[in-house]
Formats: sequence, C-alpha cells, structure tokens
Amino acid sequence: MLPRVRKVSLDSAPYWNKEPAINSYNDLTIHEAHDLLKARKISAVELLQVCLNRIAEIEPELTAIVTVTEETAQEQAREADRRIARGEMTPITGIPTLIKDNMCTKGIRTTCSSKMLENFTPPYNATIIEKLNAAGMVLIGKTNMDEFAMGSSTENSALFTTHNPWDLARVPGGSSGGSAAGVAAGEALFALGSDTGGSIRQPAGFCSVTGLKPTYGRVSRYGLVAFASSLDQIGPLTKDALDCALVMNVISGHDPCDSTSAPEPVPDYASGLAASLKGMRLGIPKEYFVEGMQASVETVIRAAIKKLEELGAKVEWGVSLPHTKYALPVYYIIAPSEASANLARYDGSKYGFSFKDTDNMWEAMEKTRQFGFGPEVKRRIMLGTYALSAGYYDAYYLKAQKVRTLIRREFDAAFEKYDALVTPTSPTVPFKIGEKTDNPLQMYLSDVCTLPINIAGVPAISIPAGFADGLPVGMQIIGKPFSEPTLFKISHAYQQITDWHKKRPKL
Amino acid sequence: MKLSREEVLHIATIYRLGLSEADIEKAREQLSNILENFEVLKEVDTANVPPTAQSINLSNVMRDDIARPSLPAEDIMSNAPAREEGFFRLRPVLE
Repeated sequence: MLPRVRKVSLDSAPYWNKEPAINSYNDLTIHEAHDLLKARKISAVELLQVCLNRIAEIEPELTAIVTVTEETAQEQAREADRRIARGEMTPITGIPTLIKDNMCTKGIRTTCSSKMLENFTPPYNATIIEKLNAAGMVLIGKTNMDEFAMGSSTENSALFTTHNPWDLARVPGGSSGGSAAGVAAGEALFALGSDTGGSIRQPAGFCSVTGLKPTYGRVSRYGLVAFASSLDQIGPLTKDALDCALVMNVISGHDPCDSTSAPEPVPDYASGLAASLKGMRLGIPKEYFVEGMQASVETVIRAAIKKLEELGAKVEWGVSLPHTKYALPVYYIIAPSEASANLARYDGSKYGFSFKDTDNMWEAMEKTRQFGFGPEVKRRIMLGTYALSAGYYDAYYLKAQKVRTLIRREFDAAFEKYDALVTPTSPTVPFKIGEKTDNPLQMYLSDVCTLPINIAGVPAISIPAGFADGLPVGMQIIGKPFSEPTLFKISHAYQQITDWHKKRPKL
Repeated sequence: MKLSREEVLHIATIYRLGLSEADIEKAREQLSNILENFEVLKEVDTANVPPTAQSINLSNVMRDDIARPSLPAEDIMSNAPAREEGFFRLRPVLE
C-alpha cells in the first residue's frame, strides 16, 4: 500500500533562479527556513511544494509515510503565509512537519501501522497537535512505524516496511522509523516520534538526525495511542540541536488532560546555546561499551567524545552503572505488562477492526485480536499477561519494578557527579532488512543502550556522531530529569565544530 | 523454563486473544526463550527495595471539577463497527 502522492510543478518565482539551492529548500533546518520565510524570500506554500515534490520523487522507494495530507497542508500553508504577512509568526509557522502515526489527528486517519486501526479516524487532536497547530505548523503527513510502536526496525508495521535513506537495503530503525527516514531524506523539515525504549533515539542514530526523548512528563501524552504508559514520551526528530530546542519550546508543558504531565515551568530551550562546554562534567559509563558492540561504532564514539573534550568538557571514563545489564529484562517485563493492559481496549466494539463472522461475543473478541494484531504485538500481550498473571506477578512484574528503583537510584547517584553521561545510541550500525525478524531477542538487544533511560524516566538525546562503514552512528547524551537545556547545550556545541549533522543521504 | 502448550493457551484465554495452531507453537518457543533471559533478575537483591511504578514525583493529581463541553456523540460514534439508534451495537452477553 503506497501513500497517495502526485507530481507537482513549481511556479517559477524570480528568486528561484537567483538562489542556487532551488530544490534543496527541503534540506533546510527549521531556523534557516524561518529566516527565509520571515524575510519573505520564500513563502510557506512554496516551501510545502518543495517538500511535496521531494515526497513524490522518493516515497516510492523510501515508503516512510502512511498518509500524505496534501490538501490540508495546502490550506495550512496558505494560512501560514497570511499569518507571516500579519507579522504574527512563530519559529514553527509554515514549517512542513511529519507526525508519527500513533498521535491522534482530528479527521486524519491514525493507523498505528496496525490492521486494528487501519481505518480509524480520531474525533480529536492530541495536545501536541493542538500546540503545533496554534504555532502554525504545516502537517504534511503521518509516518510509518512498528505496529503500536513495538519494534526497533519498522519491519513490524502491518502496512509496509520503511527503508533507510542511507542504504535502502537496511532498516531505518524503529519504532519511529518513518519519522527519522522522512526527516533525513528531506520529506519535511522535522518530525515528531514517540519513545518507549529508544524509539526516537535509535532511528535518529540510524538515519543521522537529532532525536530527543524528553524527561517523562515533560510533554503531554494526551492523544498518543498508549503502549506503555509509564515509559512513553513524545519528542522531536530534527536536523540539528537548535531545531530540537525550538520544537520543544512548542510541545512541552503541563496539560490538564494528562495527569502524568509535569507542572514544571518550561524554559526557553533555544537560549544559552554556545560553542563552549567549559566546566561541563561528563561521565562515560563503561557498561555501554561491552560485548556485541561493533568496533567501528566504538571508534566513532570515542572520536566524538574527544571533540567534547576539545570544547572544554571534563570527561571521566570508566564510570560504572552496574545495574545496566538488568535494564533489558526489566523493560521486557514492564513494557509488555503495561501494553497488555492498554491494548485490552481493542475488542472490536467501539472502534477499530471488528471480526463480524460470528454471533458469539467471546469468539468475536478473540478473532478481532487474532486478525487485528500482528505477531510482535501478540507476543508482547502474551508476555505481559503472563508476567501479571496469578502466581507470577511477584516473580516478574513486582521484581522488575523493584529493580527499576535500583536503576533509577544509580542514575541519580551518577548525576550528583556528572552533568551528563555520554554513550553510543546503538551498539551497531543499521542492520539489513530481514536480518533480525526471526529472532525477537536479537531485535530487543538493538535497544540495549536506550532502554535504561526510559526505565529511569530521564531525558536523552541522540545526535549524529559520524559514520562507520559508510553508515550513520548516533551518540547518546543522557541527563538528569528536566535537564533538557544541558543536553541541548552539549549537542549544539558539538554541532558547532562538526558537520555530521549537515550530511544528507544521496537519494 | 519451558512453557507448556497449556500455559500458552491459558494466557491466550484469560486475555481473549485468538491464536492459530502455528501461533501457539511459535509462542511456546519464543516466550520460553525470552522468559529464560529474565531469570537473571533473580540474582538482584531487592529485599528492602520499594517498587517504582512510574518515574515522576507526582501522586493523586486532582483538578477542579469544572463543567466543560465534551465531544459530540456523533463524533464519538463515527468509528463504531456497528451501531443502532445512537448506541454501539454489541453481540448478546446473556442469551
């Protein structure tokens, strides 16, 4: 199933001929495009058109987008141009945006890349959509993902698999693979994803874009289709750290509709960014550089850490977080347990797929789930149901919750000594499509560096750190709760003296 | 530990999750493999450790009870697989 796209032609405005980068406006960052929009060198309608052209050109091969929202995007772009003319623009006004297909968009189908929700059209907007609409975004499409955000490669999508724009034979990562691939390939200027165990950071690393998993509670989850409620967070995928800060300025904050959102004030994330890390204390936890890690990835990360030292940071190697090795089992008990509770709502009665061929209520419910859910979703439902069931609750679920406490305490202790911790985002470069689909445990291991962060509820960012064997490598920077400004400071400084984030795939 | 066929069927039944024959065999093998990897948690001493259910320092969040408009019923019903006179139409629970 391919998204509906058509070729569109550019009206030749005079300045197109003078500016050499006519067809690469889709490769601009948000702040670069903002400056051009503000100076009236380009209109929002034209910027949208460049992105639509790019989508028409590459989407048949990339397949990152489930639904292209061309008509509403045209309306939003015209409205953005009127707003810019009135002098009422925000940094997001007129910016083409991709949203992962698990965030509710009123009147626009929201599939979660599942047969269960293939024809579901939400009657309301997620809070982050309301906020981005108010800021004047131009929503250009909804992106492909692992079904219900369960996966690390986007291969668990029930609709189609997304390809990595740096090598089409490889996965873009997941579960926000469509969002990461779409931004890297220039289909839009930025995207939102969701991150339960690495689903923003791992694909950001695999596609060489900047991706932030905010502190749990920093961004409202209202209207995000729930997977594991104590771990899920929404966050941006962008072309640099400044863009990431600009998007966070819009989507962060307390929401009365989400009782787990934090009533903490939102600072201006885009201020205070500089090209120095003087006085910054960085710890490098050794447990993140262990067996199974690709040597060429380690080389890239070590070189990137050297750069942080050049910027004035005080780097301490050999920090130990001994409970790191328990994060994987803790995650794969807690996340499926919460998922099994959250997904019980799909019974074929109120919305979503419904098995019709029986008059028996129980059979209808069973068959609705049998045919509506894919293999990974079923696997996690069973795992969670087992971990929560009588006789096993204490041994699995309660035990995992207690080890979760220890993992959190270990991070708390580390942040008394360090402003941030630096690790690889993934132990390997993007793997081949089909390489790990038969072995769920191998697939789970690709999130081994990102899972502990969700368990602790702290924020972490992945930024492009270079290439190993020609494929992208992400560096993960982890901070204490609500230390997003520190993560932006480090990332921005790094991006002032490197240009990995400026590399674009040839596609 | 190896899951038995009966255990897999029990999990599926309490969740009301339909499985094909092939699903059952695959689940037995894969879930057993995954559960085996959870055994490592037994070595962690958690005797005096409280459980963490969520990571944010909030509890019993209350808000003022203020009336506000809710979504129109028609919008809520618009995704219903089956409906009748403004209600969701379900299969009989008691016959």
